[in-house]
Amino acid sequence: MTGSFRFGTPQILFALAVGILVIFVAVPVLLIFFNALWVDGRFNITDTVKVLSEPDTYKALINSLILASGVTVTGTIVGTFFAWLVTRTDLPYKGAMRVLFLVPFMLPSFIGALAWKMLLSPRAGYINRFFMETLGFSEPVFNIYSYHGIILVETMYLFPFVFIQVCGALERMDPTLEESARISGADLFTITRKITIPLVAPSILSGALLIMLYSMAHFGTVAMLGIEAGIYNIPTLIYERIHQSAGSFGAIRTGTVLSTVLVATAALIIWLQNKVLSGGRYQIIAGKSFRPTEIRLRGLRLPLLAFCVAYIGFTIVLPTATIFLVGGLATYGLPITPENMTFDNYHHILFEWDLTRDAIWNSIGLGLAAALITMFAGVVISYVIVKMKVPGKGILEFLGMLPFSVPGSVIALGVILAWSGKYGVNIYNTIWIILVAYIARYMAFALKANSAALEQVHDSLVEAARASGATMWQALRDIVIPLVRPGMVAAFFLIFLPALRELTVSVLLYGPTTRTIGVAIYTLNEDGETVYAAAMAGVALIIIVTAEVVVKRVFKIKQ
Amino acid sequence: MSYLKLAGIDKRFGAVAAVSGLNLEVAPGECVAMLGPSGCGKTTTLRMVAGFEDIDGGEIVAGDKLLSSKAKNYYLPPEKRDFGMVFQAFAVWPHLSVFENIAFPLRIRKLPQDEIRKRVEDALRHTNLTGVVDSRPDDLSGGGKQRIALARALAIRPKVMLLDEPLSSLDPHFREEMRFEIKDIQRRLGFSILYVTHDQSEAMALSDRILVMKKGVVQQVGSPRDVYYRPANRFVFSFIGLSSFLRVRFAGGRMVVDDLELPFDSVGEAPAELVGAGDGVLAVRPSDVDFVDEGGLRGVVRRRSSLGEIVDYQIAVGSQTLRVQKTRHESGPQTGETCGVRFAMSNWYPMSDATDG
Repeated sequence: MTGSFRFGTPQILFALAVGILVIFVAVPVLLIFFNALWVDGRFNITDTVKVLSEPDTYKALINSLILASGVTVTGTIVGTFFAWLVTRTDLPYKGAMRVLFLVPFMLPSFIGALAWKMLLSPRAGYINRFFMETLGFSEPVFNIYSYHGIILVETMYLFPFVFIQVCGALERMDPTLEESARISGADLFTITRKITIPLVAPSILSGALLIMLYSMAHFGTVAMLGIEAGIYNIPTLIYERIHQSAGSFGAIRTGTVLSTVLVATAALIIWLQNKVLSGGRYQIIAGKSFRPTEIRLRGLRLPLLAFCVAYIGFTIVLPTATIFLVGGLATYGLPITPENMTFDNYHHILFEWDLTRDAIWNSIGLGLAAALITMFAGVVISYVIVKMKVPGKGILEFLGMLPFSVPGSVIALGVILAWSGKYGVNIYNTIWIILVAYIARYMAFALKANSAALEQVHDSLVEAARASGATMWQALRDIVIPLVRPGMVAAFFLIFLPALRELTVSVLLYGPTTRTIGVAIYTLNEDGETVYAAAMAGVALIIIVTAEVVVKRVFKIKQ
Repeated sequence: MSYLKLAGIDKRFGAVAAVSGLNLEVAPGECVAMLGPSGCGKTTTLRMVAGFEDIDGGEIVAGDKLLSSKAKNYYLPPEKRDFGMVFQAFAVWPHLSVFENIAFPLRIRKLPQDEIRKRVEDALRHTNLTGVVDSRPDDLSGGGKQRIALARALAIRPKVMLLDEPLSSLDPHFREEMRFEIKDIQRRLGFSILYVTHDQSEAMALSDRILVMKKGVVQQVGSPRDVYYRPANRFVFSFIGLSSFLRVRFAGGRMVVDDLELPFDSVGEAPAELVGAGDGVLAVRPSDVDFVDEGGLRGVVRRRSSLGEIVDYQIAVGSQTLRVQKTRHESGPQTGETCGVRFAMSNWYPMSDATDG
């Protein structure tokens, strides 16, 4: 190597980090903004406003807001209540309850929506039919194709955001904060109201904002349950426009304008969340610990346990059972009785039908590829951000974390704009465009896991290697990489597991042979192949849950 | 006359006896420190008095108010006991201002607004907290937070203050300052203190009486002087201050350490029951040992190390080791030299009285 040529390992790493982030993240997002705000090469905000004031777009904006607010309120109440119940009371089996309440987190909500459609659609839903046919009700008891229905289903899947945050805060909280209130003369109810809840308020708020963030950008449930009743939110309207008009200028433009609104809203929510987390979080953690006094539920103990069991049965067991049972029906609509059951559907989608078999392999392949590529890219970029003292690393950090606030539909749209041949590369309708989008979408996960691991590696470890005669490259290879391996493994699974159940991005990007598992379930349902959709969903649940359980067991990663 | 009375207190956690048969009476205006290694049951005892733990045996009374009683199956919850309590980790509420922290127990008791203001001001004055009424606790230092906690406990003008290692989260400098402030406030206001600590110098400086515990059992209750100069057993001796022990055998009217003569004039009379038993343990404070040129118990200086103000010696006496400390102004033997020692002050304990185990 020539010593005078100043282009060594650090420069290569830096160039690589910048290159990856610009190509995969910055370009697609910038193209969205450009297309939304510029018309014929000129900045034109009036035209943007015009698009927004079209009845359909305006309606979608309002719907996103209504649904997100509804889900945030209900999810926060449910999450806070259950968190309090499992951490602060003498509820029986609260340890098991705590684990069970987290199960919805690993299940895809669009599969839940599919199940609820089969149970509560006004005419065909099994519960509604039971009430009308067997009990003689003249009208369906609940119409799932409604704002209420969507909020109900989304709440079931999003409340764990608040639950996790509040559980953590309640458990880490110094018990003497509550004890000192007791010795001051306050009863447990007063303490809960005046001390406990205010102290965990920042955690409640931060969890609520997460629910809002996800709900604003949520595609699956609204697509499954809203479209039937004409309820579109921003992501479903983007999907509808792009899908119907196959890339026409008007559709793309509406899509980019909506995306811009979505990104702006998400950025606002994340900004608020950071403010809550940095400013509002009190130092309520202490070392020495007696267990906090449990509130005795007394007579309410068993009723509340029954309530929790019923909640879990209703939100987890019932939909899951429905999926598997309907997946085994010879024809949709038949009563669920043993003589109507068959394994033919499962056999068909697993061994005979190319569409579903391709989808399974596509999802697994995409998940593995995206996880591997993003994991390695994540190490390089995190290294530059955490360890190298280069100017402009703040911009790198911003770009890397950007996908956190950029919803999946927006990334998909940006990828369409960037990779459909306009700039020399056309991978539209191929599996590669989905891969590119996944890399952008999951980059932030990889950066988070790797940065955390890298921050643990003290600079002196690398310096000691260099002092021992290692080159920069050798120090990276022999010292840094082995030490951050746990972070890399974590990053891999933080990407692989969600990629397996991904729908929002791939539904905008799939071609005839490039369906993912999520897309396959979604399109089968759209086409009225309900039993196959259910069977596919059943298979997906088995794959997803097996992967989750195996990964957690083997690698003991905490979420 | 006693105000707080603990009689025959038992507490079990599962199969483990955390406290067994504890008796203690605290007089009005008295400060009693509970001292012992971690896990000895001192904090559990304090928490039983506060009402955070129920008792498994015995009775706790404050004045004419029954707090806990196993026999009567009675338990008064902490919020009804009217104690002031200060915790190790401050436990001031970060979401309330300094004023509201201190006013909290008064608001719970629904005192009128101007009475609350007056009492908070009193409490602030007593704890030397001025000009921070409207601050948030997190803007204050550790010492400041502990002052808020103290003021909050004072606000209800309790007859008894429960202090759970209130100084151990503070910097050493603050610790000493706060120690004297607490003592000062107590003198002015005249409440009783029940104090948990594992720091013996803190216990010595603050308290009228010290209760030493080990594994849930009271070892000794007495004045700081008593506990220091007349420890009830080897455990108390070794827990309070520095200690050094020598195993001594009594035979034929002589005292020997291994094979070395321990002359009668170098140590006080041994208790008759130990002489009768044939052996015993001589317990000494390293600073109570004097070097003598002639006579005394003979040993060899194995190591001599200067610790600055004091010089620390390890003297080999037969197969045993004696520790001696002298100030740097006093002359002493060098490493490897033979010397004689005599004991200005010492205690005798039976051989079976183990320090631990």
